Amino acid sequence: MLWLLFFLVTAIHAELCQPGAANAFKVRLSIRTALGDKAYAWDTNEEYLFKAMVAFSMRKVPNREATEISHVLLCNVTQRVSFWFVVTDPSKNHTLPAVEVQTAIRMNKNRINGAFFLNDQTLEFLKIPSTLAPPMDPSVPIWIIIFGVIFCIVIVAITLLILSGIRQRRRKNKEPSEVDDAEDKCENMNTIENGIPCDPLDMKGGHMNDAFMTEDERLTPL
Amino acid sequence: MAHAPEQDPATSDLGEERPKWDNKAQYFLSCIGFAVGLGNIWRFPYLCQTYGGGAFLIPYVIALVFEGIPIFHVELAIGQRLRKGSVGVWTAISPYLSGVGLSSVTLSLLISLYYNAIVAWVLWYLLNSFQHPLPWSSCPPDLNRTGFVEECQGSSAVSYFWYRQTLNITADINDSGSIQWWLLLCLAASWAVVYMCVIRGIETTGKVIYFTALFPYLVLTIFVIRGLTLPGATKGLIYLFTPNMHILQNPQVWLDAATQIFFSLSLAFGGHIAFASYNSPRNDCQKDAVVIALVNSMTSLYASIAVFSVLGFKATNDYGHCLDRNILSLINEFDFPEQSISRDDYLAVLMHLNATWPKRVAQLPLKVCRLEDFLDKSASGPGLAFILFTEAVLHMPGAPAWAVLFFGMLFTLGLSTMFGSMEAVITPMLDVGVLPRWVPKEALTGLVCLACFLFATCFTLQSGNYWLEIFDNVAASLNLLILAFLEVVGVAYVYGMKRFCDDIAWMTGRRPSPYWRLTWRVVSPLLLLTIFVAYITLLSQKPLSYRAWNPKYELFPTRQEKLYPGWVLAACALLSLLPLLWVPGVALAQLLTRQRRTWRDRDACLDTDTSSRQEWD
Repeated sequence: MLWLLFFLVTAIHAELCQPGAANAFKVRLSIRTALGDKAYAWDTNEEYLFKAMVAFSMRKVPNREATEISHVLLCNVTQRVSFWFVVTDPSKNHTLPAVEVQTAIRMNKNRINGAFFLNDQTLEFLKIPSTLAPPMDPSVPIWIIIFGVIFCIVIVAITLLILSGIRQRRRKNKEPSEVDDAEDKCENMNTIENGIPCDPLDMKGGHMNDAFMTEDERLTPL
Repeated sequence: MAHAPEQDPATSDLGEERPKWDNKAQYFLSCIGFAVGLGNIWRFPYLCQTYGGGAFLIPYVIALVFEGIPIFHVELAIGQRLRKGSVGVWTAISPYLSGVGLSSVTLSLLISLYYNAIVAWVLWYLLNSFQHPLPWSSCPPDLNRTGFVEECQGSSAVSYFWYRQTLNITADINDSGSIQWWLLLCLAASWAVVYMCVIRGIETTGKVIYFTALFPYLVLTIFVIRGLTLPGATKGLIYLFTPNMHILQNPQVWLDAATQIFFSLSLAFGGHIAFASYNSPRNDCQKDAVVIALVNSMTSLYASIAVFSVLGFKATNDYGHCLDRNILSLINEFDFPEQSISRDDYLAVLMHLNATWPKRVAQLPLKVCRLEDFLDKSASGPGLAFILFTEAVLHMPGAPAWAVLFFGMLFTLGLSTMFGSMEAVITPMLDVGVLPRWVPKEALTGLVCLACFLFATCFTLQSGNYWLEIFDNVAASLNLLILAFLEVVGVAYVYGMKRFCDDIAWMTGRRPSPYWRLTWRVVSPLLLLTIFVAYITLLSQKPLSYRAWNPKYELFPTRQEKLYPGWVLAACALLSLLPLLWVPGVALAQLLTRQRRTWRDRDACLDTDTSSRQEWD
């Protein structure tokens, strides 16, 4: 009798959970792609955890707080690691509508991913699109910060160059007038000193004494 | 012996000494920096690969020897001898030819406008490279956050970042759109950097050029070392350099080789003339010309090694991903365990499955993966830098660092070319005395940079990229060819070959050999004429069209081929003709003034005759 009941239950379960059945979802895991060497093997314990996570997600839906792990049925587990699952109602005769299951899974996808160390690409619920993470928009884009830094440096450099150019030009303009002043002062001093006009005396370099030169020429060459 | 110029070359009319280079290295690096530009990175490797790899080097070297080096030597020699910018030089050679100098200045201005817009794009990418993950690595999610933006999904994340998030391009050139503020900021920054560097002419560029000319070589070396150690690099290099001799029968190859060497050396801009004019007169310009031209070509080859090792890596990577996607489809369909089919087993397994379950295999989206297809996917110009290379960099470990290095290199390459273009404009302006003497040089350079920036804002419009392509194809090519032809002919025939050879003997200490005399007299002008005629023929054969990025196109992401509307064609004609109008215009003006002077002199003579005759009477 018990055997009969057991067969009946599994038969009903088999009908509820079938590839392509109503309200059934296919799940595909790529554990080795995600974890490489640290990949764990997919066994019945992992399946238990999966059922627990789905039940947990369903319990978050209003009116479904009574969902138990036994209400989640898995079938057709392949070596790929892919399988189908359905969630039944407490009477275990009907499956819950796909929309409810979809909403529940979408809301808790991150928790489910985390439980298995996978992400949206390696734990796929076919027919349930995952919500992509919002783009990480910092309040000020990074490029503006770097642009601001570079631009400020360039503006400062330009200002410095212009100012140094102005200073150089001012110095150059002052120099010839300064040199002129010095020369005037020199001449003034020359003429003032001793009261003797010194103009004939050439202060710079040697000056040939004409008389001496003509003396030389008188001497006959050897 | 050459006659000394009437005026002491060391001082200009204004009594101020002409600025000169601090040392020979600055002059060398400035010329190399001007010659080595973005084209060495993104045009030469593409041409090399398209035109039969190693075989392309044959027309390239021939063009270098018979066209590039002779014209380059002419420019350096006349600049160094006559010690003026392009306008002054051509006025000194012959007053009828000063239009050539004015055309050079106009062309350099036009080219600076769009060249710095490209540098602004490079700056934008450089600024965006300082983050991890790089912004072009993934598509942004759409509004529902259930998938990616459709335009991005249809093309690729890098294309989306380039066409949408950078250019925000419209689907048609008629649709100008609005100014993109981020591009405007980058353009302002590029012009500010250019101004900072050319503010006092060669005094400031001479200091900066040590960095901007040498940094690209450092980065290229790093990329060569990194590139050669990447998997698949050798496949890319073999594919690049495998010579295909049959391609030499195609005349297009010779045309492209000649134009490549011409634009690569930045001839006919007037920039080299300006740089050489700051040299001491007794400098061996012949050796300089040969060495700089060779360095430029070696850089092109070196860059193509770096570029193609990275592109080979990318192709191998893409090929691997293509196989992996197919393998995943098979595994998912037949529920095999993960990673049970390796890339090597794929074909065997596929054949087996096709035999046993043909129907199931047929409905799978399996693509044909061939490595050659991925290696063929090359591009030239901005497509190489902003799409192909950015994608390749994503797969290298430490992607942001490589992106910063790459775009930093492109930025400095563009900058050093901009220095040459700006000097080509500013030196003649200073020589001619456009602004009164009391206006400082900083103000002149500032005005020029500001004016260029304001005009270049049209490239920050949404249709800016289409206009840039027009400028690149139309404003630059034909005009420079004609100007170079006039340069060589002007020096060889108007200035006089004997006089020119005497000048060179005075400067370098030896007379130019028959090779130089032959190329200047005959070979280079003929070659330029042939290139010009071939260019015009090819241009007239097919209607001018452009390729637009249109997300609504059926074959998206392939770009849609559209014809230019009438008003754009009129603008193209203006762009290509107006700069050259200086040449006949000035010649005509000179002719008229001379005629008027002779008439006036004749009238004056007649008046004195009649007055003297009256006295006699």
